[in-house]
Amino acid sequence: MTLAEEIFTISMCVAATLITRFLPFVLFSGNKKTPKFIEYLGKALPAAIFALLVVYCLKNVDITSGSYGIPEAISVAVVTALHLWKRKILLSMAGGTFCYMILVQLVF
Amino acid sequence: MEKKGGFLSAFKAAFPHTIPVMTGYLFLGISYGIYMKVSGFSFLYPMLMAITIFGGSLEFVTVSLLLSTFAPLQTFLMALVIQARHLFYGLAMLEKYKNTGLKKLYLIFALTDETFSINCSTPVPEGIDKGKFYFAVSLLDQCYWVSGATIGGILGSFIPFNTEGLDFVMTAMFVVIFIEQWLKEKKHYTALIGAFSSVLCLIIFGAESFIIPTMVCIFAMLAFFRKPIEKAGGFE
Repeated sequence: MTLAEEIFTISMCVAATLITRFLPFVLFSGNKKTPKFIEYLGKALPAAIFALLVVYCLKNVDITSGSYGIPEAISVAVVTALHLWKRKILLSMAGGTFCYMILVQLVF
Repeated sequence: MEKKGGFLSAFKAAFPHTIPVMTGYLFLGISYGIYMKVSGFSFLYPMLMAITIFGGSLEFVTVSLLLSTFAPLQTFLMALVIQARHLFYGLAMLEKYKNTGLKKLYLIFALTDETFSINCSTPVPEGIDKGKFYFAVSLLDQCYWVSGATIGGILGSFIPFNTEGLDFVMTAMFVVIFIEQWLKEKKHYTALIGAFSSVLCLIIFGAESFIIPTMVCIFAMLAFFRKPIEKAGGFE
């Protein structure tokens, strides 16, 4: 990417963020009631979107060759186990990342 | 002398409430800065993005967007969807942010997950102006994030160990947030819809272009299955 393209890409992210943050205040500043479908999406979307983001992070993992996605699978399992056990966000992240670094640097 | 109800007392009152966020933002911000640096970007990138975007998940994703081919529409849609949850923070804060004057513009701009959780749940201390208190929380939080990202971006060049695999920090973050969302639901319909749509579209459309089809698929399924999903309920 050229510098101009980078700036444009980042601007797209800034614009989208501003829209999501300002839109509710622009649309519902009076005493209008929030549409039921919007309320529903507010509750239903997050879990689906974060599932998408997890898949997005792992999109380039090749399970047919190389390390067959084994380091990724183990590390995701470590994050999950740590999180279900202690439920400390930073601990789960640090533990999983450390595990992954060890695996890709020393084992695979 | 500072009169009661002024900015200084608002910052003093707000600071203790922001300490947990300070820990989290410094750790995450530093990780993000290092991640950008080892991906080949100057510390100016994480610093400027922390100032202008101020949204952790999206900033992490921006790294891989900047490293792939230029695709502004996909970037915009992806950013919209990642940030969509802010729509609902906004809805929840409509009342609290009323009558806060010009500060309201910054309050809305800086409404992140963490700032939302403080400002939504913390009663404004007595004698402190509501708008100034919320402003102090928001600004302190952003200072932590920008500091973390900048420090990480600078430290990234001086790391004495092999950083291969450090990028997993983003995956780990999203896995954790996903688990949190999963635990909030009694039935896991929406989480499963998200996972199923993403994997299906990844197989059909490939790694470079599965995002937009996945979003369409998720939206269509959520709309189509609204009745059973709402009936199952269990949203916190």
